[in-house]
Amino acid sequence: MKLLSAAHLDRCIGCHSCSLACARLVHKQFSWNTAGIRIKSAGGLSRGFEASICLGCDPAACASACPTDALSQRSGGGIKFKRDLCLQCGKCAKACPVEAIYLDSEHNPYVCVHCGRCISFCPHNCLELREVPDREPDRADDTSAHSTDSLSLPTSSADTEPPHAH
Amino acid sequence: MRINPDVSRVLHVDMTTGKAQILDFDSRARHMGGSGLAAALYEAYGTPSAPWDDPTEPIIFAIGPLTGLFPVMTKVVCGFRSPHTGQWTESHAGGRLGLSLRFAGYDALMITGRASALSALEVGSRSMQVHNVHYLRGRGVFGTGRELRRIGRHMSGHRSTMRIGPAGENGLSFACINVDSFRHFGRLGSGAVMGSKNLKGVVVTGDGAFELPGGDSKALNKLYKDSFMEVTSTSKMKKYHDLGTPENLEPLNELRALPWRNLQATSDPAISTVTGKYLAEEYLLRKAACAGCPVGCIHIANLRQQFGEDHEYLYKQVSYDYELIFAQGTMLGLSDPQDILPVLDETESCGLDSMTTGVALAWATEALAKGIISEEETLVPLQFGEVDGYLKALRLLTNAPNEFWHTLGRGGANAAAKKYGGEDFACVLGGQEMAGYATGEAYYVSHALGFRHSHLDSGGYSYDQSDKPKDAQKASDFLVSDERDRVIINSMVGCMFARKEYSLERMQECLHVAGFTALSDTLAQAGTDMQHLRWKLKFDTGFVPEEQTIPKRFMEVTNWKGQADPVYLQDLRNTYTNAIRTMAGAQGALE
Ligand code: SF4
Ligand code: SF4
Ligand code: SF4
Repeated sequence: MKLLSAAHLDRCIGCHSCSLACARLVHKQFSWNTAGIRIKSAGGLSRGFEASICLGCDPAACASACPTDALSQRSGGGIKFKRDLCLQCGKCAKACPVEAIYLDSEHNPYVCVHCGRCISFCPHNCLELREVPDREPDRADDTSAHSTDSLSLPTSSADTEPPHAH
Repeated sequence: MRINPDVSRVLHVDMTTGKAQILDFDSRARHMGGSGLAAALYEAYGTPSAPWDDPTEPIIFAIGPLTGLFPVMTKVVCGFRSPHTGQWTESHAGGRLGLSLRFAGYDALMITGRASALSALEVGSRSMQVHNVHYLRGRGVFGTGRELRRIGRHMSGHRSTMRIGPAGENGLSFACINVDSFRHFGRLGSGAVMGSKNLKGVVVTGDGAFELPGGDSKALNKLYKDSFMEVTSTSKMKKYHDLGTPENLEPLNELRALPWRNLQATSDPAISTVTGKYLAEEYLLRKAACAGCPVGCIHIANLRQQFGEDHEYLYKQVSYDYELIFAQGTMLGLSDPQDILPVLDETESCGLDSMTTGVALAWATEALAKGIISEEETLVPLQFGEVDGYLKALRLLTNAPNEFWHTLGRGGANAAAKKYGGEDFACVLGGQEMAGYATGEAYYVSHALGFRHSHLDSGGYSYDQSDKPKDAQKASDFLVSDERDRVIINSMVGCMFARKEYSLERMQECLHVAGFTALSDTLAQAGTDMQHLRWKLKFDTGFVPEEQTIPKRFMEVTNWKGQADPVYLQDLRNTYTNAIRTMAGAQGALE
């Protein structure tokens, strides 16, 4: 099971090539928003960059929140998305604790599917696909213990890295 | 959203009424985008006989058809009437502005009118709002940026913040517009034009998305990938992302073509602490890129300063490049980055064009030493190599407490030299203070008579460095054709650093796969037409090539070729004057 990781985002120069690639290749769009990965500045260019990407939860709060089966749990973490089942209700984006889901103006969700196609467009090798060992799903009550509506975690590289990254 | 391949979509904001209008501006096949689009809009909406600060005069921010669609297509052209020269001109900047405008859905943002209170403009794909920001009056560029970022915070990273400092509010003719902290519409005073509209800042939010244009996503993706590989894996762009443009400091010093101390010298052993390598090894904190550019040429230095005993330190991030180090380093006799970086930082905060400021202060320093002016005028001692005076001078220039500083800030070294004397050593070539190349005749003529009075109009400085014979016709032809090539790439709008990757044929191919088929066919002719239109607008707004001066100092300079040849220089000047007069009078073939 592989997941996209912004493991070296501290090298990021803010070129948005990754987002443009995901929009172009995965979503057939010309955009820097409607993509699985989005680059934010941490408050003006002088403070460096952060990436919004899916962390590959299991269980995935976004999938639980989805009232249809548009978003469903992917074994090993993250989700699968079926656009034709999507009601554009936006509940998934609200449920994601790390704001990894982008809603466009029609409330279509955009989330990383961990395909890795953005990686070769990063000039500074910030991104990689990481093998994550098979594991038991986290206990659902561990995640539901937090009110995910109000929780908005920072998504800097340090926070998106698995602990063994350092 | 969908891109219309035939017309440009322009958001026209009238600051007087606070209302906006969307224009479908005809036709891309003629005006292309960027530089051409700005000129065509001025042709349609400007009044050449009005003064630069007439409220009806537009300031235009234009991107092009390829913006964001291909790598390094990142720049924005700002078209405006220059307070420094009075004439129609352009300045270019990157940062996130290009992609923000693109994904806000506009090919250009055109602003006219004058707000009744100090204002900030916010635009996005579904928003336009004028905010009263009276509380930002007199605020520096950095503080203003922090406040403006409150607008559209949810789109952090996908928006761009332009703002002016006190210099722009006070109408200095070389006030700049700061873009996203580290980039600028630097030259010729666009900041004062924003100030004249009571416009402190503009926040552009790129919150829209397009379907892939052109209908052949495979071809588009392939061409993108090829271009991406070329700019990231070939050596051609290396110099821009490695040491950056400061790489040129050492070789130009060696060639005796690097201006020092108001161009009294062209080489100095003190170079050792201002080489690109030294700056990178000792001061470089990190690099950044304009959005859409995988190269990342923005070099940011870490300036650590002690402000108190007991090891009290602060740190600042200061961007640097060749031109800044020349203008506010070597030109002022400063060769320690610990001196230069604070000057750059203060210049940024005031919202001044670093290059013009440095050259103007260099003139003032020499004028003071020669007794042409006294400390009664300058109020502080100015001496080459002494940083304290320069740091104080930046505030004096910005706030103009006396007639001397007022004059220097409105017209630069030329205006002050006309009043006080010392015209021979005012390092102004034609309409604007020099750039950092004392290379010879082609550069002097192209800067003095060039459309933007800049080293970027054409490669005159590299022409001087090649072993070309002194043939005025050949040199003039080179300036004309090189300018046309640059007009085209500046209409797409690509970064000049990638001009070798984007040949005419490559740009046509890009336009073709992205669905701009009509423009792809007319591109070469459109380039010529827009080159001619730009010259026509420059003449219509008061340009007289015969009046442009090349001061004596330039003729005294000795570089690796010796001194400039006055006969060849005059010959080239006459030939090039004829060429630009012909272009200005030519009828466009695509009208
Ligand atoms: S989108 Fe958010 S909630 Fe869903 S799996 Fe990814 S990180 Fe978890
Ligand atoms: S891994 Fe695939 S889906 Fe995720 S951001 Fe990259 S290109 Fe998009
Ligand atoms: S491609 Fe790499 S360097 Fe560029 S924005 Fe994405 S993560 Fe940052």
